[in-house]
Amino acid sequence: MSNIVHLVWLVPVLPLAGFLINGLFRNQLSKSLTGLVGCGVLLAAFILSLLMFGEVRREGFEPVVVSLFDFISVGKLHIPFAFQVDQLSILFLLIITGVGFLIHMYSTAYMHEEEAPHYARYFSYLNLFVFSMLLLVLGANYVILFIGWEGVGLCSYLLIGYWFKNIDYGNAAKKAFIMNRIGDLGFLIAIFWMINQFGSVTFGEVFTKASTVPVAALTGITLLLFVGATGKSAQIPLYTWLPDAMAGPTPVSALIHAATMVTAGIYMIARSNILYSLAPTTQTVVAVIGLATALFAATIALRQNDIKKVLAYSTVSQLGYMFLGLGAGAYTGAVFHVMTHAFFKALLFLCAGSVIHAMGGEQDIRKMGGLRKHMTVTHLTFLVGCIAIAGIPPFSGFFSKDEILSAAYGASPVYYIIGVFTALLTAFYMFRLYATTFLGHFRGTHEQEHHLHESPSAMTIPLIVLALLAATAGFLGIPAIIAPHAHWLEHFLEPVFAGSANLPAVVAKRSAAEQGGNMEGMLMGISIAAALIGSLWAGLRFSRKPQLEEPTGFAAVLANKWYVDEIYNALIVKPLDALAKFFSGFVERSVIDGIVNGVGRLVQYGSRQIRLLQSGLVGGYILLMVIGILVLFLVELFVKK
Amino acid sequence: MPINYYIFLSIALFCIGVAGVLTRRNAIIIFMCIELMLNAVNLLLVAFSKMHQHALAVTNPNAGIDGQLFVFFIMVVAAAEVSVGLAIIVMMYRNTHSIDVNFLNRLKH
Amino acid sequence: MHITQILFWSLSILALLSAILVVVSKNPVHSVLWLILVFFAISGHYILLNAQFLAIVNLIVYAGAIMVLFLFVFMLMNLNADTEPQKNKWLKIAGVIAGGSLLLVMVAALKNADMKNQLAEMNTGSIGLIHNLGMVLFTDYVIPFEISSVLFLSAMVGVVVIGKKD
Repeated sequence: MSNIVHLVWLVPVLPLAGFLINGLFRNQLSKSLTGLVGCGVLLAAFILSLLMFGEVRREGFEPVVVSLFDFISVGKLHIPFAFQVDQLSILFLLIITGVGFLIHMYSTAYMHEEEAPHYARYFSYLNLFVFSMLLLVLGANYVILFIGWEGVGLCSYLLIGYWFKNIDYGNAAKKAFIMNRIGDLGFLIAIFWMINQFGSVTFGEVFTKASTVPVAALTGITLLLFVGATGKSAQIPLYTWLPDAMAGPTPVSALIHAATMVTAGIYMIARSNILYSLAPTTQTVVAVIGLATALFAATIALRQNDIKKVLAYSTVSQLGYMFLGLGAGAYTGAVFHVMTHAFFKALLFLCAGSVIHAMGGEQDIRKMGGLRKHMTVTHLTFLVGCIAIAGIPPFSGFFSKDEILSAAYGASPVYYIIGVFTALLTAFYMFRLYATTFLGHFRGTHEQEHHLHESPSAMTIPLIVLALLAATAGFLGIPAIIAPHAHWLEHFLEPVFAGSANLPAVVAKRSAAEQGGNMEGMLMGISIAAALIGSLWAGLRFSRKPQLEEPTGFAAVLANKWYVDEIYNALIVKPLDALAKFFSGFVERSVIDGIVNGVGRLVQYGSRQIRLLQSGLVGGYILLMVIGILVLFLVELFVKK
Repeated sequence: MPINYYIFLSIALFCIGVAGVLTRRNAIIIFMCIELMLNAVNLLLVAFSKMHQHALAVTNPNAGIDGQLFVFFIMVVAAAEVSVGLAIIVMMYRNTHSIDVNFLNRLKH
Repeated sequence: MHITQILFWSLSILALLSAILVVVSKNPVHSVLWLILVFFAISGHYILLNAQFLAIVNLIVYAGAIMVLFLFVFMLMNLNADTEPQKNKWLKIAGVIAGGSLLLVMVAALKNADMKNQLAEMNTGSIGLIHNLGMVLFTDYVIPFEISSVLFLSAMVGVVVIGKKD
């Protein structure tokens, strides 16, 4: 059984096989067979991951690197195609395959109206996505990580633009891909710099050599890696693609834009924790941007009326929390929040999908209301998700968010204050969403009311499973103040973060934070109070009178997303467009074509002139003969000495 | 006279002949300039023959006579060439009623 | 200055001037006359160099026969100054420049030749005399002599063939 870890290559290969089968045979397979293949490979991958998890859990487990083949071997640079199995990657593996499997199961019912070839296309893209994500988390060096990184970006594009006949969806897909690419450029430059500084990109080698590299170079590399993370994980300034990405099918939003792809940035930084701990400037940058994004997105979510857009901005905001955690040095907290967020956000999105399915495609919450009478399971699971995300104990969101907030307080009290305020806003807008959708009276048309029904079991079972996880996952990370040494996750991930935990600066900070036991209790109390205030206030206010009027003044600014898209359009898109027009109109037509055509014209002119020599006139020929003799004489008598 | 002077005189006559060939369009004038060139060469040959005789007089009494014999043969050939050439020109005139060399641009095709 | 030198220089200048006038004259008949003068000058040079046979042959063959032939042809075609075709001005200039350059190049090449100060013997020497020339011609060069007569024959035949009105 100790060899099971060496079968790690099978875990990504299974979804890859699913992709190939569903993709190549999409015209021949029936819908049920497609669903079976798509979900089956995920289930098999999940079971394998569980088996490997059992192996990794043993005491004294050392990270295993399984090298498949030499990918790049140039001079002194060796980049093998290798997978690394350790506590961090196995955790992410479980999340990806587990939540992924549930979402695949959900999709078999949600997408059943599609025709068979398109149905198969959907599942093949989804499997390809899982394959890329697995490459990302399993990679043993930054290059394999980057391959997965690019792959998930591609699959995100394919899936957002799944209904390709709608041009708006296509534009949203393009926006996502292009913004991702901007971040990827930063990532690539970081890899090049890393090769220059370290001579290698393998995790083990880089992390052992990290302390010998000058801090300035480390700061630069980590900043550039973070730029890549802002693109992939939708932080300021590269976040605007994520709300637009809601154009894709809801299970896609759940899997990619809630649970897995957007957490790739977190994973990458968590993996590189030593590099970040050695570059405190970057950590400050990460924390500040994370916090700013969290607050910014939360304010926008207050005034959104599309159920998926609220959840999208909520995702951006929660990702901001995770980056705040990373920036404050709470790597375990951030990974913990990734896990709990995967559960409750996927749950929320799938519930939203269930609601949309029941409403026949309607997504505006102002036209919903009173759905609790018609969709019990969805209603209850949505409520569980809302409580979890608001951070109310004993559900999981509380534990992970609190860990991040206390680490933030350790870094700077300002972080904590803004963080708590954002938590209040989070609770507020989530319960606004809940109340407007499920409480009160139904505000839609009569036809929609007749159509309302609970979703089939293929959709509700994943909801129930995820709700259970969202409720109980918190107990994996009980903080020391409640029960000492009960933080299982921290103990589990200790070897991964040992490098940065043992740095002198971090040790000093931690010992300072551990002094105030009472302080921590007070902080916890404040955050619980904020969450309760926000949720009760919103619940009571919006269940009685839903917010139907058009927003004015400051509320309009929030509803219009602070006009960020318009600003980007004016500052970046329009000048680039003009530049492109200039190049295509002037440079391409006049200069380049001019040169090419000019060469042709020159040749023609030259040949015309030379043709005149062939005049047929003997006199001309004799002249040339005399000139030739002249030249010969000159050369013979004067040049050759 | 030093041989130089004959050489330069001969070269001058020759080049005047070349300039004439290139400059004139009348076919017969061109012919005459060719004759001029031939004569320049004849003069030079005779001058060289006398130079050789002067240089080698003690060993061989007939030292430079080959030069003058060569001139004799050149004249022979020149005469034959003139007759044939003029016949051709007369033919050309009969066909085209012009002796302009530019008319003879059949080599163009 | 010795009489031979005076004669040499005056004959040279005469020859050059006449040659230039041959090329430059508009009327072709004038060109013929100037060419005859050139031949006379060159025959004068031959006599100076004591190449008597060649001088006489030059006069008889060239000036006497060939030039007369040219004049016949001119008269046949009734050519005079107004029917003379004119070449393009640039080509004329190009031709003159080419000729001039040739002159310059050859003069420059031969200016420093080794044999600069060798003398061409004038007034004396027996190799130009008919007796000696004839001896060598009919003993050493008899075959070229006979072949040249064949050449004449073929030239005659060729001229007659070309000139036939068919």
